[in-house]
Amino acid sequence: MTENTQIAVDVRDAIKRYGDFTALHRISLGIRDNEFFTLLGPSGCGKTTLLRMIAGFEDVTEGAIFLYGEEIEDLPPHQRPVNTVFQNYALFPHMSVLENVSFGLEMRGASKADARTRAGEMLELVQLTQFASRKPSQLSGGQQQRVALARALAPSPKVLLLDEPLSALDLKLRKAMQIELKHIQRETGITFIFVTHDQEEALTMSDRIAVMSAGEMQQLGDPRDIYETPRNMFVADFIGDTNLLDVSVEGIAAGRATCKLSGGHRLTCDAVDGVNAGAKVHLSVRPERLFLSDQPTAAESLQGTVVENIFIGTDISTIVDVPGGQHFTVRTSNSDRGNKRILDPGTTAYVNMEPGAARLLVD
Amino acid sequence: MSAKTDVKNYTGFRTLTFVCLFILYAPLVVVTIYSFNASPSITVWEGFSLRWYGDVFTGPESGKFKAAAINSFSIALIAATLATIIATSAATAIVRGGIFKTRTLSLGLISLPLMVPEIVLAVATLIFFNAVGFTRGYMTILVAHIAFCIPFAYLPIQARMQGIEDTYEQAAMDLYATKAQAFRRVLLPLMMPGIISGFLLAFIVSLDDFIITNFVKGAGVETLPTAIFGSVKQGLKPNIMAISTMLLALSIVMVTLSYVVSKTDNTK
Ligand SMILES: Nc1ncnc2c1ncn2[C@@H]1O[C@H](COP(=O)(O)OP(=O)(O)O)[C@@H](O)[C@H]1O
Ligand SMILES: [Mg+2]
Repeated sequence: MTENTQIAVDVRDAIKRYGDFTALHRISLGIRDNEFFTLLGPSGCGKTTLLRMIAGFEDVTEGAIFLYGEEIEDLPPHQRPVNTVFQNYALFPHMSVLENVSFGLEMRGASKADARTRAGEMLELVQLTQFASRKPSQLSGGQQQRVALARALAPSPKVLLLDEPLSALDLKLRKAMQIELKHIQRETGITFIFVTHDQEEALTMSDRIAVMSAGEMQQLGDPRDIYETPRNMFVADFIGDTNLLDVSVEGIAAGRATCKLSGGHRLTCDAVDGVNAGAKVHLSVRPERLFLSDQPTAAESLQGTVVENIFIGTDISTIVDVPGGQHFTVRTSNSDRGNKRILDPGTTAYVNMEPGAARLLVD
Repeated sequence: MSAKTDVKNYTGFRTLTFVCLFILYAPLVVVTIYSFNASPSITVWEGFSLRWYGDVFTGPESGKFKAAAINSFSIALIAATLATIIATSAATAIVRGGIFKTRTLSLGLISLPLMVPEIVLAVATLIFFNAVGFTRGYMTILVAHIAFCIPFAYLPIQARMQGIEDTYEQAAMDLYATKAQAFRRVLLPLMMPGIISGFLLAFIVSLDDFIITNFVKGAGVETLPTAIFGSVKQGLKPNIMAISTMLLALSIVMVTLSYVVSKTDNTK
């Protein structure tokens, strides 16, 4: 195994039950050394539970967890070389910022002086040196967040766990922290396992993403994979905006499936194993991979009527009704307006698809 | 609530409140004032004097009071300390561990003695000591005080503890602290206001106790309340008012301190 593909955290067939309720259904997951890994999913899907199992705060009902080859699921939290940035930060309120950051080092046996020196360096890393003697309650939310980060990084854990660390911050600060976190991950070379329910945040920051829903892993891949080739309806719908169309497969030839929309129009897309003629399936098409024209540009161009243009900053989103009671959302970049057409509501428009834009999905 | 229906606007309630406060505080005020009376009479005012305070420390009964005070304070100190330690351990175990049902049950069991008539507790304690064959004396008073001080120490401690989220201990253990280290370095300092408040309350409750003490004390061993009672039986003298006023002042200070400490927020 090369350095790059070494597995940092290996979750094997992990099941978590609370009484009759199964919070995690047999999760298997390999998180690579030195990667920024994100657990993404809606609230209640089991992200925190999985993170707490890695940290040692929840038992594993069935299965095993390995940390760099060592089996850890039975070790108490203080014997696991992983640290956590808690969702509510959990800074010790009776200790100063510096004492908070040196706590882990002291518990690991460092002398007070050494711990303080190293803590000072960590505060420098997160640019809070001048706040060292303050109490956590005297800091803003963003500053507390950075103290929590410095405290968790100070003992140089093998893996850093972050449970929605940015969710309490306002948008501007959150964007800034996303960049800072990513930067710190690169600089320290520590494996990050980051939890979020914000798909945009996950796409921006991660090397790889595991999409979860209702205690099950839906898809594992890098951000491009997840966005461009979602494996199922849930992933396509959860990540980004998409047009989901109910279609029936008419025939399959040479790896291409011909699909019929409810309005009778036909589209072709790459076939998928196990989907045969006659199957009722879905097509997912990202709005930015559609464009409008006032004349058909290809045999597959769909005729419809513009309903509305919505201005959303960098883009314009156009809603087009097509026969059969379906509608498309088409995104046109504002900078592209010279090349692509923006049509007024009520006018006839043709919806065109970039090659390979339509993706066939089974439920 | 509209001004019309505000209970404060019914003159009857206001009067009733004043009557209650008067009945409650008038005797205390009278005792306090007459403790500074120059006259040996307890009803005729003859001018201001500290004579009876001097009498408590140097008068004919001073030896008796001194011995009683030593007993009272040493018992209060030991009983409050042990009760606080027990209450702290109990609060830690009950609030942190265990399922909800046992938690409610334990809280109920620990605070039940606060609602049982003290005379019943006194009789029960006496029967218990007789059954196990303890000779009545200093030790029986001490053991009884430790026992009945526990709920008083427990309540402020557990109230404090419930306000401390368990993520702090988890954060400590995540940062390589053992359970014991997490308790000592994180949980205990955060609980401290509750612990001090519980100690002060237990101390004053022990110092002021009469009924249970009177039942379980042996002949010749007195605490301040039993000594005062004994003295009163021989006739009410102003030195009793002086010593009562001193006890009252101490109680007020301790209870106030206990309240203030329990309200301090050491998380700021
Ligand atoms: N201690 C617990 N007892 C029972 N159910 C729990 C417990 N902790 C979490 N759950 C349940 O497990 C599911 C996953 O929770 P969680 O991991 O916190 O979700 P997420 O972090 O993705 O929002 C939720 O349905 C939650 O109600
Ligand atoms: Mg969560």
